[in-house]
Amino acid sequence: MKTSVRFLFFVLVGMLVSSISLSKTILLKPGTSIQKAVDAASAGDTLILKSGVYRENGIVIRKSLTILGENRPEIDGQGKGNILIIAADQVRIEGLKLSNTGRSTMDDSAGIKFFDSKHCVIKNNLLENTFFGLHFSNSSDMTITENVLISNAEREYQTGNGIHLWKCKNNLITNNQVSGHRDGVYLEFVTKTEVEDNLVSKNKRYGLHFMFSHENSYRRNTFRGNGAGVAVMYTKNMVMENNRFEENWGASSYGILLKDISDSKVIGNTFLKNTVGIYMEGSSRIEFEGNTFRENGWALKLMASCDQNTFKGNNFTQNTFDMSSNGSVVLNTITENYWDKYEGYDLDKNYVGDIPYRPINLYSVIVEKIPAAVILWRSFMVTLLDRMEKILPTLTPDQMIDQSPKMRPYDFG
Amino acid sequence: MLKLLKYALYDILKSRFAIIYTVFLAMVAVSIYQVSDDLSKVSLSLMNILIMIVPLISAVFATTHFYNNLEFIELMLAQPVKRSQVFLSQLFAVILMLSLSIVIGFGLPMVLWGADSSLITLLAVGVILSAVFTGFAFLASVITRDKAKAIGISLALWIYFSLVYDGFVLYLIYSFADYPLEKVTLGLVMLNPVDLGRILMLMQLDISALMGYTGAFFQQFFSSGLGVLVSAGALVLWMLWPGMLASRVFGKRDF
Repeated sequence: MKTSVRFLFFVLVGMLVSSISLSKTILLKPGTSIQKAVDAASAGDTLILKSGVYRENGIVIRKSLTILGENRPEIDGQGKGNILIIAADQVRIEGLKLSNTGRSTMDDSAGIKFFDSKHCVIKNNLLENTFFGLHFSNSSDMTITENVLISNAEREYQTGNGIHLWKCKNNLITNNQVSGHRDGVYLEFVTKTEVEDNLVSKNKRYGLHFMFSHENSYRRNTFRGNGAGVAVMYTKNMVMENNRFEENWGASSYGILLKDISDSKVIGNTFLKNTVGIYMEGSSRIEFEGNTFRENGWALKLMASCDQNTFKGNNFTQNTFDMSSNGSVVLNTITENYWDKYEGYDLDKNYVGDIPYRPINLYSVIVEKIPAAVILWRSFMVTLLDRMEKILPTLTPDQMIDQSPKMRPYDFG
Repeated sequence: MLKLLKYALYDILKSRFAIIYTVFLAMVAVSIYQVSDDLSKVSLSLMNILIMIVPLISAVFATTHFYNNLEFIELMLAQPVKRSQVFLSQLFAVILMLSLSIVIGFGLPMVLWGADSSLITLLAVGVILSAVFTGFAFLASVITRDKAKAIGISLALWIYFSLVYDGFVLYLIYSFADYPLEKVTLGLVMLNPVDLGRILMLMQLDISALMGYTGAFFQQFFSSGLGVLVSAGALVLWMLWPGMLASRVFGKRDF
């Protein structure tokens, strides 16, 4: 019995060793065909690309390979189609520069395109002038990290999405930099994915755009100066924590646009200098806690179609308007926030104001109806009107109040 | 001219009012700096005060100053100097004094506790509004012979530009909300120096809100070369024409 076990063990080790010795490392020099090398290689092999320019596109990979770049070799797609097309498990792509894909919306030309893959790693690549950057469909357990994606398109239709995931799950997207694409990060039908520590800036449309993507989390990302900020639609159970939304300026530009979102958490984010910090409609049961709204045009635009949301313990400082709404029905809870426009007093010294605060002022209602009226903001006339409305609310929804406004801002560090 | 200006300026700087006004402004600025914890809040509070107070003080002080100095002015007119020089030296002296008060009163706390671009803009707006309303006050003073009436006219102008005019514009915007009003409101704003000054500040403080739909139109206009040229031109006109008109009336007036 014992000898047979030992025999089995040796056989297993022997198989393992032979399989290791079978996986080769193949060196490639500029001028040789990557496709041929891929075809010649067997699963488990490593391809090392020496530095230089490889002019090739439409490279198809259907086996588990590791492709490493030495001193960042460039694969130039010469403006035709995709560069790498991958449909395999456990592929690793690292240290490459991919540039100049085609510009077709027919096949969504991409720097790297994954189909039906699992457990792949895409790390430390530089993508320049690609239509779509990294494109994934029906893939899972992907790790996308430390990539830099830059597109120089001037118009929205001239470029695709930076990191595009469709019908994927269990992915990790971290430490990437995406700029100049249509949507920086686009997720559709994506679940259980973590998006962390990315810098997404100056994209033509949305920095982050996700639809029908449940149970995802977004942490410590920075979204700056994107055409229309971040849009989140038809999703439940998402977590947005410690992100920064900055300088999303424009007529229909938002820090976050929340449309039909439910059962989610928005915690510890910073909204700085956006035209609208958060715009939300049709959303319910979202917790907003510990967020900082600073120097926005409108910190919150809370449409009357939202219900059971909680805004608790947030800082509102130096926003032109703290809040606006389109109706008088209020089904949300607003409590224990700090509002720098609060003018009440605190006689019992418990750091909570003794009279409630009304975050919607008259003039924000007027500007909502007539945008041109913003030009009169801060004039004496308008200040007087606002004061009168505060004493006798007529136009503003009288239920929209914070019953226990804080006297001092929270220190979120 | 320079000599006249020098004496007028000496006279006015020695007056108790100049000191009180400067100290008042400085106290306001210091207390706001003490209360507010950050710079843009400071400039917001200072702006609210400046937009109201500076035109008011300028209008009332300039009118009373003109009447208090009437004897000196009449004496000067008996000398071989041009009438316009006598008048302009008085006007410039008042403008200089009021501007100095603002620059010192608001400027010193800024030097002590720091300033940003919006606070610098605020100083400029203060100086411009002082000049505009001093011009109005002098105009009011030369077209009447009665001190009380002149003060009344100055105050009426102050109320008109600070309050009534905006009410009128707001009413107009509200009544014609269905029409594209951007260019009309822009034109109307040019006709009010207080609004122009206020919008200069809005560009600094509420840039995010101004980037909204029509807001972006305003933002584009005021940050484009043409917009800056037109609005600066409008402000210069507002500083010049009341004083010029007053000077002409003064030149023909029978003492």
